[in-house]
Amino acid sequence: MPQHIPLKDPSGDIRIFGARTVLSVLVVLVLLVSLLARYYDLQISNYEIYRTQSERNRVQLQPLPPKRGLIYDRNGVLLADNRPSHILSIVRERVDDLDATLDELQALVTISEADLENFQLKLQRRRPYEAVPLRFRLTEEERALLAVNRHRMPGVTVDAQLVRHYPYGELFSHAVGYVGRINEQEAQELDERNYRGTFHVGKVGVEKFYEDLLHGEVGYQNVETNAHGRVLRVLERYDPVPGGDITLHLDFGLQQTAFEALGEQRGAVVAIDPISGGVLAMVSTPGFDTNLFVNGISGADYSALRDSLDVPLFNRAVQGQYPPGSTIKPMMAMAGLQSGLVTPESTVADPGWYSLPGDSRRYRDWILKIRGTGHAARVDMHMAVAESCDVYFYDLARRLTIDRMHEYLSAYGLGSRTGVDTTNERPGVLPSTRWKRDAMNQPWYPGETLSAGIGQGYMLTTPMQLAVATSVLATRGEHRAPRLVRSIGGELQEAPLLGTVEATPEQWSAVQESMRAVVHSARGTARKIGEGIGYEMASKTGTAQVIGIAQGAIYVEAEVALRHRNHGLFIAYAPYEAPTIAVAVIVENGGGASAASPIARAVLDAWLVAEDELADG
Amino acid sequence: MGDYVRRLQLPGDSADLSRRSPLSQRLHLDIPLLLLLLALTGFGLVVLYSASGKQLGAVIRQGQYFLLAYGVMFVAAQIDLQRYRRWAPWFYLLGLALLVAVMFVGVGAKGAQRWLEVAGFRFQPSEILKLVMPLTVAWYLASRSLPPRFKYVLACLLLVGLPSVLILLQPDLGTALLIAASGLFVLFIAGIGWRYMVGAVVLAVLSAWPVWMYVLKEYQKQRILTLLNPESDKLGAGWNIIQSKTAIGSGGWEGKGWLNGTQSQLDFLPESHTDFIIAVLAEEFGLRGVLVLLALYLLIVLRGFWIGLSASSNFGRMVAASLTLTFFVYIFVNMGMVAGLLPVVGVPLPLVSAGGTSIVTLMAGFGVLMAVSTSDTSGRR
Repeated sequence: MPQHIPLKDPSGDIRIFGARTVLSVLVVLVLLVSLLARYYDLQISNYEIYRTQSERNRVQLQPLPPKRGLIYDRNGVLLADNRPSHILSIVRERVDDLDATLDELQALVTISEADLENFQLKLQRRRPYEAVPLRFRLTEEERALLAVNRHRMPGVTVDAQLVRHYPYGELFSHAVGYVGRINEQEAQELDERNYRGTFHVGKVGVEKFYEDLLHGEVGYQNVETNAHGRVLRVLERYDPVPGGDITLHLDFGLQQTAFEALGEQRGAVVAIDPISGGVLAMVSTPGFDTNLFVNGISGADYSALRDSLDVPLFNRAVQGQYPPGSTIKPMMAMAGLQSGLVTPESTVADPGWYSLPGDSRRYRDWILKIRGTGHAARVDMHMAVAESCDVYFYDLARRLTIDRMHEYLSAYGLGSRTGVDTTNERPGVLPSTRWKRDAMNQPWYPGETLSAGIGQGYMLTTPMQLAVATSVLATRGEHRAPRLVRSIGGELQEAPLLGTVEATPEQWSAVQESMRAVVHSARGTARKIGEGIGYEMASKTGTAQVIGIAQGAIYVEAEVALRHRNHGLFIAYAPYEAPTIAVAVIVENGGGASAASPIARAVLDAWLVAEDELADG
Repeated sequence: MGDYVRRLQLPGDSADLSRRSPLSQRLHLDIPLLLLLLALTGFGLVVLYSASGKQLGAVIRQGQYFLLAYGVMFVAAQIDLQRYRRWAPWFYLLGLALLVAVMFVGVGAKGAQRWLEVAGFRFQPSEILKLVMPLTVAWYLASRSLPPRFKYVLACLLLVGLPSVLILLQPDLGTALLIAASGLFVLFIAGIGWRYMVGAVVLAVLSAWPVWMYVLKEYQKQRILTLLNPESDKLGAGWNIIQSKTAIGSGGWEGKGWLNGTQSQLDFLPESHTDFIIAVLAEEFGLRGVLVLLALYLLIVLRGFWIGLSASSNFGRMVAASLTLTFFVYIFVNMGMVAGLLPVVGVPLPLVSAGGTSIVTLMAGFGVLMAVSTSDTSGRR
């Protein structure tokens, strides 16, 4: 009978099923035997090996946390290092009564609520026989006390571990940032394997931005321990890979100069090498001691920092958003030249105020309250920048319109994050009609264009943005993302070029000349800081109103409460012919630019004089 | 013989029938299978008590699941086989619809969308497919000549592929493979030609590379790499395997004794009461215990095949053999993975691991097996 008759054939079907079932049984038997062979191999052939491994309290795997990378300034000054710190830990499995042991320990050493909280958290996530840290940074005395009493407390251990230390805590608090204990949220986000045995993680600043590089790779060792958990011998060991060392562009001396020049005032200084884009100094005052955060800041210390009116935890250099005031006038002048609306020769009539066509409201020039008149009958661009004439820029702003102003000024990086390699940077505001519609759902009013033309109104910038914009002016158009980090593990890092401002050499020269006149001319607004100066700089003063002033009222500085005084701003680059440094300074409630300009002079002096000395030596 | 003929001529004679068929037949219970299952679940509860850290609560909860599962099995056994056959395609469509629903309104965790939530009650539609898939393929092939011709094989592959791909997208690779296998087993039992099987193997080998590159998620690759070299990741994914191998190996021939397994009792062993429970058994009862467990499983599997062979319809034969093979695959995958033979996939040890869903699904499957074994002998028509 042929086999493939396409008809239902019950007896044929049964033959097929029978054959296939027998085949299935065979396969099942083969697989079962292979399973058995595997279990036989584990349980009989290798029984001794596994029995040894499982012997209680004997062999355990210990993570070896990597050494965190160090952070240096450009000259090799150590800004963040690691120091041995003694840690009190508990191995839960060896403690019979945890509460009793904790009580006993509390009688010997101080253990804060925060310590206990952290301990309980870590306890939930531990591996069997893993030591869970309870207290960090034991003092000499505490260690002695524990050493004497430890025999009564099985499961309690004291180990030394490397912990972050900041030799110049306050000076570099915002530039370097700090590490702190891993909190619950971070524990969930971090790679659990790589952070086994690590208690700290970068929280802000360079420490956080470069966390992956600084941390390194965890290692481990298999150790044989005795019944009390003491390591008898290391069976095998895989070394951790230490984190990479980082060298910053920051210059210790320059940072110190800026910090001291700011003194007790609240403010920020950012200095950038315009050629490389490297951040030479980044200071925000007041600072704070970053070491407080490493091992868990006490509640009192933290509320003191958090609740201070001076907000020391706030990094003004990248988080502080201030109206730029007149410091945007050089960029505005460039926009006027680029757009063809003005030439270096064209002039504007200056009675000391300006008003929009068909509007009686008078927009005052700051000089009106001093002289009762304008800067001169007619003002050209050079004078407008050197003497900071508002009327000239009211007129230019009106003709440029807010949206084109937005277009030209954004090429300097205003209104968006500079991309500096640190945390919490804010973008500021470079207003436009669209911005106002999106942010406030309101139309743009013509008068607001005038305010924007002198860096007031909605416009907000960070000191970092101003320093970057100054670098663009210094390099005649190169817009770079600033970089704090100069090299990682010896490898130089480039500051990426974000774009260029296109203008003719004559246009750049005209604006740069006018900026030189701010200090180096008889009527420049910052001529005072030019006394005894050994080099030339290009600069611009700025004053930012903190509160709006009612129409018709004359602003009297003394009557305004201290915290409502104007912010003083100053931007500069030097030497004039071949710039090596660009700097932006803001002094909160400094009254005016005169509070900021001497600080910039001090920073430039420190940089250029030190450079000269280096060249001479 | 004369008696027999006379009885057949009197189909309405119920007194005669009841005398001929014992109580178990009337209750549609397969006594050998039932006894084996009772022994297995009893043993499982004993191991679970130790694996859960001597928590009576866990054992009681598991016991309640067993009660529910035996109930489901009993009900499933009462349903006539022809009814399963008629219902299969509709349940299949329902399962597909639910899987599509999961894609849009499903809930889940860790990037996987596997559950549907109806009135606060959560369930995995893929669980339904574990039972419905073999029933559907068997339904499709039951009315055709065997071995199936090429176009019918293609149709079967489509039936198998649709839900498998949907489950793969959840993503749940392990379940997708198991459900696909349960459908393909029907084809195998139906006598599909050798060239198809060789072709499938060749295709699988060829597609391994693109699957590795584009389909597998990072954690799935990690599991496979960890299997190949558990030592490479001692602190991470390799931990489970190293610990479970240590637990099994240290059990030796005799085992450390019930409740005395140090690996499991000291929390070294992860998931000790669910997916890794065989390690507890192996540690505490030794290879002897493993042999007893494997013997129970083997007897259940053999009984399943026997039911398939002696079934009265092609549909029953295919369903019984496929369910039995699938049951064995669970055993093999779980025990292989815990012993470090296979990558770690979330497959529980059948009827021993804690967890209600898989127990209920498996017992429903055994209910269908009993329906096959006790269905009336008129199916041959």
